[in-house]
Amino acid sequence: MSQGIGAAVKRKEDKRFTTGKGKYTDDIRMENQAYAAFVRSPHAHARVNNMDTSAAEAMDGVIAILNGAELTGDGIGNIICGWAITSKDGSPMNMGAWSALATEKTRYVGDAVAIVIAETNAQARAAAEAVEIDYEELPVAASLAAALADGAPQIHENAPGNIVYDWEIGENDATEAALADAAHITEMDITNNRLSPNPMEPRSAVAIYDDAEDHYTLYTTSQNPHVARLVLSAFYNVAPEHKLRVIAPDVGGGFGSKIYIYPEEIACLWASMKTNRSVKWTSDRTEAFLTDAHGRDHVTKARMGFDQDGRIVGFKVSTKANFGAYMSLFSSAVPTYLYATLLSGTYNIPNIYCEVLGVYTNTVPVDAYRGAGRPEASYLVERMIETAARELGKDPADLRNINFIREFPHQTPVIMNYDSGDFEGNMRQAMVAADWAGFGARKAESAMRGKLRGIGMSCYIEACGIAPSAAVGSLGAGVGLWESAEVRMNPVGTIEVLTGSHSHGQGHETTFAQVVADRFGVPIDTVQIVHGDTDKVQFGMGTYGSRSGPVGMSAIVKALDKLEVKIRKLAAHLLEASEADIVIEDGQVKVDGTNKVLAWHEVGLAAYTGHNLPEGMEPGLKEGAFYDPLNFTFPMGCFICEVEVDPQTGKTEILKFVASDDFGTIINPMIVEGQVHGGIAQGVGQAMLEEVRYSEDGQQLSASYMDYAMPRADDLPDFDVLHHSTPCTTNPLGMKGCGEAGAIGTPPAVINAITDAIGNNDLSMPATPAKVWAALNSAKVAAE
Amino acid sequence: MHSTNYHAAITAAEAASLLSSAEDGALLAGGQTLLPTMKARLAAPSDLVDISRAEELRGISITDGAATIGAMTTHAEVAGHAALRSAFPALCDLAGRIGDPAVRHRGTIGGSLANNDPAACYPAAVLGTGAIISTNTRDIAADDYFQGLFATALDAGEVITSITFPIPRAANYQKFAQPASRFALVGVFVAQFAEGVRVAVTGASEEGVFRWTDAETSLSSDFTADAIGGLSVRSQGMISDLHGDGSYRANLVQVLTARAVAAAS
Ligand SMILES: Cc1cc2nc3c(=O)[nH]c(=O)nc-3n(C[C@H](O)[C@H](O)[C@H](O)COP(=O)(O)OP(=O)(O)OC[C@H]3O[C@@H](n4cnc5c(N)ncnc54)[C@H](O)[C@@H]3O)c2cc1C
Repeated sequence: MSQGIGAAVKRKEDKRFTTGKGKYTDDIRMENQAYAAFVRSPHAHARVNNMDTSAAEAMDGVIAILNGAELTGDGIGNIICGWAITSKDGSPMNMGAWSALATEKTRYVGDAVAIVIAETNAQARAAAEAVEIDYEELPVAASLAAALADGAPQIHENAPGNIVYDWEIGENDATEAALADAAHITEMDITNNRLSPNPMEPRSAVAIYDDAEDHYTLYTTSQNPHVARLVLSAFYNVAPEHKLRVIAPDVGGGFGSKIYIYPEEIACLWASMKTNRSVKWTSDRTEAFLTDAHGRDHVTKARMGFDQDGRIVGFKVSTKANFGAYMSLFSSAVPTYLYATLLSGTYNIPNIYCEVLGVYTNTVPVDAYRGAGRPEASYLVERMIETAARELGKDPADLRNINFIREFPHQTPVIMNYDSGDFEGNMRQAMVAADWAGFGARKAESAMRGKLRGIGMSCYIEACGIAPSAAVGSLGAGVGLWESAEVRMNPVGTIEVLTGSHSHGQGHETTFAQVVADRFGVPIDTVQIVHGDTDKVQFGMGTYGSRSGPVGMSAIVKALDKLEVKIRKLAAHLLEASEADIVIEDGQVKVDGTNKVLAWHEVGLAAYTGHNLPEGMEPGLKEGAFYDPLNFTFPMGCFICEVEVDPQTGKTEILKFVASDDFGTIINPMIVEGQVHGGIAQGVGQAMLEEVRYSEDGQQLSASYMDYAMPRADDLPDFDVLHHSTPCTTNPLGMKGCGEAGAIGTPPAVINAITDAIGNNDLSMPATPAKVWAALNSAKVAAE
Repeated sequence: MHSTNYHAAITAAEAASLLSSAEDGALLAGGQTLLPTMKARLAAPSDLVDISRAEELRGISITDGAATIGAMTTHAEVAGHAALRSAFPALCDLAGRIGDPAVRHRGTIGGSLANNDPAACYPAAVLGTGAIISTNTRDIAADDYFQGLFATALDAGEVITSITFPIPRAANYQKFAQPASRFALVGVFVAQFAEGVRVAVTGASEEGVFRWTDAETSLSSDFTADAIGGLSVRSQGMISDLHGDGSYRANLVQVLTARAVAAAS
């Protein structure tokens, strides 16, 4: 069986993961290891008047208690936000300072004010509890509404009115004019609920300072160890890059939350130097709720205008985005360039205008989380068009169909240029699989049992592999978004691929090896993928935004191209043939039409012995590439969800869920299906179960699994996962990316289905039984 | 977790004496409530007295008209007990839907009743049947035992030894799961005896498990779901939280009671 592109081979990494042999950061044990615990603010907004550590310092096992003044005194820099957004009026964004350990003020519950280093974890925690702090509580703004209210507490001095930026995209006048002439306008207020990412492995760091070499090593739960090293070095002044090694070993899920460099990693590195001990910190689940960057949290007003035929003429959107107490690494880009640029959806919309107000609140920082901006956009667009269809009395599939983009490339009014797709083809395939036409009979059958049945669809589009570097740079990005790869063929013919991508569950050890297998016909077991260590791998940008396929694998392809050229040249020389006649297949190098052949290891040996090389050829077989994408890729698809609601309790059951996606080329269908399953599960989580809730005084009310509802297997139906692919035209393999699509396309399909079932469109996520029941009752009251 | 002293007791009497000599001791049964609380540093008993090896606190015996369950009996043992299932299936079903398999194989009926979580399941069965809670010192009637959220008639250091349920003619427990914890957002236990019907509600009230006496009266004369159709449940005093407000819980009390009556066997 082929192990190349398109083969559903089993994951190489799963043997260690499923037998408990994975090596995660918390599994790292150093001989001189001490433990860190953080003293955290119990108040959402407070002045730190005095800190008394004397009792804590006297406790058993305590090595040191270090605070923010000492940290800044040692020159450790403030935490940065890596994407500069410019407001409508041309002003730069208003960024408040974020110190890894708060000095004068704390701004959210969980904000760290000191780090305790002790011999054991229990001693560190006990001492952290014994630190006495005199807090002066300040008024709190724990929601967008509270932060924007008149007289709201000022969270950062340099962000008046708590506004980080007031940004816009598109043409306001043209959009207003189009809406003024519209035959119908659909208007909605839409909230995108705040989520906690909840990777299975909590964050962890082991910081190792070597005083003899003045060198630091950081093992950490990172999706992008090189980016971590870059900012730790260039901005946080922990150590110069060549004196800092960052290793992200096995990482148990990230969903975006492990992109960022958090206060804890910075403080552990610094504390390791201060105490000359290796310092380990592992978050517990409560700390994860209190400190891992949250996702989403938008409040939006939108108007979509249609002409007599149902064609969209204009779309105007006004969004408020909650950033929490500090601007996290990619936060500023999420509700702007990752959100508003997708507001055209899969539709031909001639006029779009969007304005976004970024707002500080006394809550955990908010940043990219599986989908990052695109779930917010697709929820908005797909709820709007579904609602419009209901208002216009049209079939929602028909209304979508007359608005679909059909010609490519397609330039939207909001930057994006879609390269490929067959939007109607995908929708039709999903409708057939979902038996869309037979829904009426099923609804009647449910009604006989006293149940309300509903069906909803979502024709999402998203953008992956954020690119090209020059373009994102011109929009304010602080980094380039290319990827690197190095391919090394060893003397015995085995192959190592060093990639700047990072796998934290995605299965790169398998899929990346399949790309090599596809090229040379070697077994995937002879290919090793090396990633996650800045000492081993050349600089790379890491994994997020479904970029490892379209960008990371493209870099591997480029490196393989170079390697193949050299192999051909060498083989032609050895076999005394012309390069054009060299064929590489089944792990052998042959001369076409002859029986002349070199075994794979013979090629390797020849290159490394260097005894008989073509004129001018260097020994060895090692090639590298940096691939800068030409464009974003645009995965899209149609999801159809069918639900049944129990009107007495409001409980919703998902009966059927069809996902028909266009991911372009698929390397491993089994892994892709897994990504879709996980994405849909998280999407159902957002739609029906998950929400971070705060009290008015900024306490997180949902900071444990007793109150934060994660999706479980029995909340979900069997998924029908289908593909209808058109290859991406802008990268060598034609890949579009599949990691986030499920989370992006699912919420609107679910809410469209539930609102269809209950006959009330006024329903916010998560659609819990209590909310669905209340919406049913208010619909009943309205009808009476 | 704070550090703590561990003791194992093999009888209730030994457990009581170990507790009385501890500074701030706590019984450890299945640990499904106590250990997470300690890990979250919300409880820090000086001493743990483990009763999980006290054989006299384990087991299920069925006599004429009553089932006695040892305090240390796990939810899984109750759920899987064949004789109990044929005598009192509603109780087995209730136990079989507590938590997940891991919880059911550790968690115990005694621990659940001592803890008296306002959203726990067993309190509904105990109050809904008028069971007797036996301790190392006395027998306590269900109507006297439950005293509000996490509050019971137990004295400090008192050890529950067993619970004796009168076996109803017909009974059923309806649990509507809170989406996150899967404890009861509302749970209703309905039991029909020769003397009348009892209805106990968990998860709903700010005062913990309670009897819905209006429904009991109606159902005692007419044991059909229709009999409670005219009754209404007041939302006042019902718990309002992230998962549902008082009016939603009041609705669930009504809906689940009707369903329990319809399903009672
Ligand atoms: C994930 C999860 C889900 C759960 N879901 C449910 C659910 O759906 N419904 C539900 O009802 N419960 C649920 N529970 C709680 C579970 O039923 C617990 O097992 C139970 O509440 C406590 O029993 P335990 O034996 O574990 O007691 P422990 O945790 O050992 O003790 C609890 C308390 O009772 C005291 N205690 C224990 N035994 C005695 C005794 N014999 N006499 C006096 N005091 C005693 C202890 O000192 C302690 O204070 C869940 C728990 C978990 C972890």
